[in-house]
Amino acid sequence: MTQRLPLIIFALVMAVIPLLPGIPPFWIVLLDNIGLAALVAMGLVLLTGVGGLTSFGQAAFCGFGAYTTAVLTTAYGVSPWLTLPASLLVSGIAAVLLGLVTVRLSGHYLPLGTIAWGIGLFYLFSKLEFLGRNDGISGIPPLSIGAFKMLSPDTIYYAIWVAVLLAALLTMNLLDSRTGRAIRALRRGHVAAEAFGVQTPRAKLLVFIYAAVLAGLSGWLYAHFQRAANPTPFGAQAGIEYLFIAVVGGAGYVWGGVLGAAIVVILKEVLQSYLPYIFGGQSQLETIVFGIMLVLLLQLAPQGVWPWLMSKLPFKPTRKTPDTSVKLEHRERAPGSSPVLLHIEKARKQFGGVLAVNDVSFDVNAREIVALIGPNGAGKSTTFNLITGVLAATSGKIAVLGNEVANAPPQEVVKLGVSRTFQHVKLVPDMTVLENVAIGAHLRGNSGAISSMLRLDRADEAKLLAEAARQIERVGLSEQIDQLAGSLSLGQQRIVEIARALCVDPMLLLLDEPAAGLRHMEKQRLAALLRQLRDGGMSVLLVEHDMGFVMDLADRIVVLDFGTKIAEGTPAAIKRNPDVIKAYLGAAA
Amino acid sequence: MNTTIMLFLLQDGITNGAIYALLGLALVLVFAVTRVILIPQGEFVTYGALSYAMLATGQVPGTARLAVAMGLVAFALDLFFARKALHARLVIRSVALNIVFPTALLGLVYALVSPHTPIAVNIALALLIVAAIGLFLYRIAFQPIAHTSVLVLLIASVGCHLALQGLGLVFFGAEGLRGPALSNAAVTAGPLRFTGQSLAVYGLTVGFIVALWLFFGYTKTGKALRATAVNRLGARLVGIRTTLSGQIAFLLASVIGAISGILIVPITTLYYDTGFLIGLKGFIAAIIGGLVSYPLTAVAAIVVGIVEAFSSFYASNFKEVIVFTLILPVLVLRSLAAPQVEEEKD
Repeated sequence: MTQRLPLIIFALVMAVIPLLPGIPPFWIVLLDNIGLAALVAMGLVLLTGVGGLTSFGQAAFCGFGAYTTAVLTTAYGVSPWLTLPASLLVSGIAAVLLGLVTVRLSGHYLPLGTIAWGIGLFYLFSKLEFLGRNDGISGIPPLSIGAFKMLSPDTIYYAIWVAVLLAALLTMNLLDSRTGRAIRALRRGHVAAEAFGVQTPRAKLLVFIYAAVLAGLSGWLYAHFQRAANPTPFGAQAGIEYLFIAVVGGAGYVWGGVLGAAIVVILKEVLQSYLPYIFGGQSQLETIVFGIMLVLLLQLAPQGVWPWLMSKLPFKPTRKTPDTSVKLEHRERAPGSSPVLLHIEKARKQFGGVLAVNDVSFDVNAREIVALIGPNGAGKSTTFNLITGVLAATSGKIAVLGNEVANAPPQEVVKLGVSRTFQHVKLVPDMTVLENVAIGAHLRGNSGAISSMLRLDRADEAKLLAEAARQIERVGLSEQIDQLAGSLSLGQQRIVEIARALCVDPMLLLLDEPAAGLRHMEKQRLAALLRQLRDGGMSVLLVEHDMGFVMDLADRIVVLDFGTKIAEGTPAAIKRNPDVIKAYLGAAA
Repeated sequence: MNTTIMLFLLQDGITNGAIYALLGLALVLVFAVTRVILIPQGEFVTYGALSYAMLATGQVPGTARLAVAMGLVAFALDLFFARKALHARLVIRSVALNIVFPTALLGLVYALVSPHTPIAVNIALALLIVAAIGLFLYRIAFQPIAHTSVLVLLIASVGCHLALQGLGLVFFGAEGLRGPALSNAAVTAGPLRFTGQSLAVYGLTVGFIVALWLFFGYTKTGKALRATAVNRLGARLVGIRTTLSGQIAFLLASVIGAISGILIVPITTLYYDTGFLIGLKGFIAAIIGGLVSYPLTAVAAIVVGIVEAFSSFYASNFKEVIVFTLILPVLVLRSLAAPQVEEEKD
């Protein structure tokens, strides 16, 4: 409840404002505008700040919402409340269509694509006969409850701010959930998330639709607030402005969207009313100031105002520690047709003319620690990527318990009980250790976006967090559980990755250089942990350069050189193998 | 439809397409070197065109004063960032580039401006003004954040566009302007009439494509610019001055933008905000070219121009809709063809 307290206070303050005597009506109009902008910005926060997908086209979705209700209420006489689902649906469907096209685009193609369809849709709105072309549609009926009509700015004020608060609540709930973690992992690239079963294209499409629906809601409110809809507020300029709002407030924070909307709307008002006095009667002067401020802001405070404000708070928000007594059921084991856990037969990977993995074959049995060693560039990490489905093998066969996995996507491989860590640590630095590790348990939960928003996922969520906390304890990082992953040392981050991989409840653990960056004592603890896991029934395949560590730990060693397997055997045999010595030390040795 | 109309439309499309190609090339150039997606490219077009048109009527364009003001800011930034090691040479160089050059330019404009100034002089003045603005724009807005992600650079770029477009309204007013034609020569071939203006458009476009291709493929500076694009740190380690690369890229882009503007302002009336749309059409071409390929960008730009010409004939209302939706199938193809690459962001 204490976490909700600020929200409740905020809601009360907002509820009282219009009732205060002597409040200029003009302020209420401003607050209405702030609320409308905040809704769109909140969607952008999720889309851009959290999910890493930049959109300059959100204004177009407002247009879909506004025009849907405008047409339905004026041409067909439908009640405004009935058009709300229609407006949300139309923006949502538009988002699905545009999203299928755009969210797959990588990096800078995405924002450019959104600019293009944003402008295209603006022209479409302004040319279509049934949308009233450039003049738009007027005479939209006001919202009403019974005989009470929300005609004035201070009555629709409540409709707008209830929408804002609800949206904020739902968005925060969503972010603090299984789906939310998947969304938050998107910004750091898709490989790590996919390795734990996150369907990244679907997660991207989800945030895209969510942001569009919020924009559609804003458009619907706008149409009934202005009682008219015309193309201008849904053009490219507005789309840019919404992104500006999100960046000003702090693109990664839900309340940053609201704060940004307040700053920008008020600033715009002030600039529009005072700049003409200073510079004469020219219009559009505020855009000059806006543009310059945007550039300045990016140079001086690229994180936005909200996080800066939060860092000034005298008290820090407390985090709840998960109750580790809640049990999470074991993952259902995939049925196997072979006693060999991992079977690799003549796996081959070619990058153009380079043969990275050349017909490599080896097995990993149950309860076994196998080390994959070899000089730099021997193809060890590529072999890992072939096993986990990050790369498709050129030819050859890879099977887990007899189930062929060659060329299956990573999300399918992890379902077979194969989990991994990465040579270059892939954690989300601005999420806590607990949240990062919980991503590993993604496939062991089943709550979707809607149930997360409505907080119906708490039982499921408690189990996932409990499991994550248990694995963190197991690897010995309990003290760091609430720290941000980015603040840990590289060695600790590698251990966090192991905890995350353990959350999968794997049969086979693939560790890519787990001991790099660890101190001597930490290496010994890691070795003890891995032995304990093996004795518990798990198998481990690891790539490692620390020979002392490998020779002590591994039951069996496979040696690669230039993509080819040159030796396989017990540590003692490998130490004496002349080919291995030659590969590591050269012919003269 | 008869052949004559089709030929006319084709000719019109190719002329516009050539302009888009020039802009697309500049966009590719800037992106390849600095990773900045140059939204203000459109403002370089309007600034070049309208400065030229104002000079032709004997007025001093506000852009000349803007160049001086931006030079002052750039100078202040130079001093601030070099405050720990203020060498005389550095200060002198900064004064020369940021103070002396734009002030001298402004003086020159005041000295030469009259309704009878030769066209060539006006063109040169307009180009120099926009070149200075482009150069200072990089120094002020992008150099301090040159190391950040493509996204941050893109948002900054949008900010620059807003500011420059607003200033455009202040300098040139809301009414559109037209400039005098570069030459009144004309060649007739069958039903088509090629004006000197459109021939100049074709010639310059081809010239620039060849020049850029030679510059980036065969000169040391060009290769240094490409290296900067791939890896700034690596480029610095081998002794390439990455800030200089950025300045060169912006200089080239602003000059190309201004030339495009001067080429079209005798054909169509330009308003302070026309550049944005023209620039975006260059963008579509650049995106089709994947922001890397110069020849592909040029071909795509011609296609955009032709599509625009034909759609303005058949469905003039939906001209812009058609042109901007053209990008969607391209994006789909690109996203299907290109494997998703892992990007390390921010």
